[in-house]
Amino acid sequence: MSKGDGARLPATDSPTSAAADPEFVQLLTPTGERVKHPEYDVDFTDEEFRGLYRDLVIVRKLDAEATALQRQGELGIWASLLGQEAAQVGSGRALRPQDMAFPTYREHGVLFCRGIDPIMPLGLFRGVDQGGWDPNQYKFNMYTIVIGAQTLHATGYAMGITMDGKVGGDDGEAVIAYFGDGATSQGDVNEAFVWASVFHAPLVFFCQNNQYAISEPLERQTRVPLYKRADGFGFHGIRVDGNDVLACYAVTRKALDDARHGQGPTLIEAYTYRMGAHTTSDDPTRYRIAAEVEEWKGKDPIKRLRAYLEREEIADDAFFGSVEDEAAREAVSLRERVLAMPDPQPLDMFDHVYPGGSPEVDQQRAEFGRYLESFAGAEGHR
Amino acid sequence: MSTLTIGKALNEGLRKALENDPKVLIMGEDVGKLGGVFRITDGLQKDFGEQRIIDTPLAESGIVGTAVGLAIRGYRPVCEIQFDGFVYPAYDQIVSQVAKMHYRSRGKLRLPIVIRIPFGGGIGAVEHHSESPEAYFAHTAGLKVVACANPADAFWMMQQAIASDDPVIFFEPKRRYWEKGEVDTSTSLSDAYPLFASKVVRQGTDATVVAYGPMVRTALDAATAAAEEGRELEVIDLRSLSPLDLDPVYASVRRTGRLVVVHEAARSGGLGGEVAARVTEACFYSLEAPVLRVTGFDIPYPAARVEEEFLPDLDRVLDAVDRSFGW
Repeated sequence: MSKGDGARLPATDSPTSAAADPEFVQLLTPTGERVKHPEYDVDFTDEEFRGLYRDLVIVRKLDAEATALQRQGELGIWASLLGQEAAQVGSGRALRPQDMAFPTYREHGVLFCRGIDPIMPLGLFRGVDQGGWDPNQYKFNMYTIVIGAQTLHATGYAMGITMDGKVGGDDGEAVIAYFGDGATSQGDVNEAFVWASVFHAPLVFFCQNNQYAISEPLERQTRVPLYKRADGFGFHGIRVDGNDVLACYAVTRKALDDARHGQGPTLIEAYTYRMGAHTTSDDPTRYRIAAEVEEWKGKDPIKRLRAYLEREEIADDAFFGSVEDEAAREAVSLRERVLAMPDPQPLDMFDHVYPGGSPEVDQQRAEFGRYLESFAGAEGHR
Repeated sequence: MSTLTIGKALNEGLRKALENDPKVLIMGEDVGKLGGVFRITDGLQKDFGEQRIIDTPLAESGIVGTAVGLAIRGYRPVCEIQFDGFVYPAYDQIVSQVAKMHYRSRGKLRLPIVIRIPFGGGIGAVEHHSESPEAYFAHTAGLKVVACANPADAFWMMQQAIASDDPVIFFEPKRRYWEKGEVDTSTSLSDAYPLFASKVVRQGTDATVVAYGPMVRTALDAATAAAEEGRELEVIDLRSLSPLDLDPVYASVRRTGRLVVVHEAARSGGLGGEVAARVTEACFYSLEAPVLRVTGFDIPYPAARVEEEFLPDLDRVLDAVDRSFGW
């Protein structure tokens, strides 16, 4: 192409600061060494440390079970969180009971940490429903599939908290909005940044940067580290080692507490890696090399916590064995309950289109009911 | 003659267009190295480079909005929207900008943009992956809207849409991507069947069935079943949803006196209503029964395990034909 050709785009293989060795808050190294940070720390009891480990192991085991269920045809699709357990457990445990979470479709670990039965979102993936739970009951919104849309919902909800006078003080409420690196390109997410900043919303934007939006690497979304985007919108951004559950907890707890005390929003970039496929429909070997995945295996969130617990003699083999057993039991229970999920009845699909019903929908339901009855006694559909 | 799937025929059509015109670009999420989640752009980045097969940031409004700018600059962008339910962030750009630029400029500016949208259900997917939003676009003046239903049309219609100076919303029947058919790739584009024209795809004498996209296969299967019972259905593939080419439909209805329109999209405000109104105006004295519609229901697309009940199938088409005869 000639010089000045308007179609020439920047090459994608040029090094960018977004892909450079990240500077982030880390409290636990990949080998399980505790490190000091001037601003952030955790002060967990031994029991709390063991509890975090248990969460990580169970969340991973349930995720593996769901992947297996999909492979066996029992789920239509599954979005695995493999590799992102620390980001989800750390941030999920940092939430206080009164806080509200707005997830994507991958926040199974956060859901677990909210004390919610892990079966709850499985109907969506099995195809028997599309969520079906009350966000206000669980302080955990329904999974959102359209990328980034939930960040605006979180912002509006947080504005409502302010309007209700529920900020300021330890009993204040805060909101956490989950999204990924790909979502940061969406208009909705950028609009959420603007609104949250302008309205000083009690909100934490929690971006799990897992390096890929399906096949597209981070460099296709940004040329600056994502957490730095917050500066331009007028609030604080910070990057945390997303595979370090202690750092994720500490940074998120601080940001949530800032929000509930009226300090406004924070953007947290949890720097992590999607060890599996985007979903079970995806084949990551088409767009990334095995060596990269191997490198990230060395940063595994569970291994490093276990190494720390062993070194500090916070947990022994009996404990680790009991966690494995518990995780296995949870997985079996999940499997049994997925297999027992009843299929929806055809006429159920006409329910809940409008709060007060609709004559048109009622008529179509009645017509379809009569149509289905016309097959009664016959051998079914042709 | 080659035997191609619809997916491969689209891929080959895109390849031809890229070969024939250096201004043709492909833009979308995962269209490059991955070749698209349905592999419709498989291998194209390898052969035509990252300058022409562009993996975009994850932002549909951005994909279409920048395509407008590239078109103003003289390029012919082909945008891929990954799934039907993800087009809405781009809806503002499509309706307010793409559709109106030619009119706004008093004809001085043309936007030869193609927006490809895999549409419809039947693949067992989660929410937003099975929708049929064609009526939103067909209702918008300034856009042309087409839907292919077989490999030969996929191959030729894609090239015609790219060659067209109009913005074209190109709907692809995603659950039929893997269906095979014969494609004669040796003839020239100028000899291809016109893009904005409907087509009789099965001749019959007793009733007319109109469909498009994934429902053409359903209508043809219904016609085969009806023939076993001694009833000959004429099946017409609309192919173009805006403009509608209904002359072949009028001619057919004047012979058969009966019409059933089939689409997956919800009934109210759907294209079936427009077809019914026009046929009623044009063929009032030929009709033996009201025009009947077999469509999705007026509900959000339901959970996968009940979608087969939502989607019009062979039985529901035959039921409507029966009702037409029983009128």
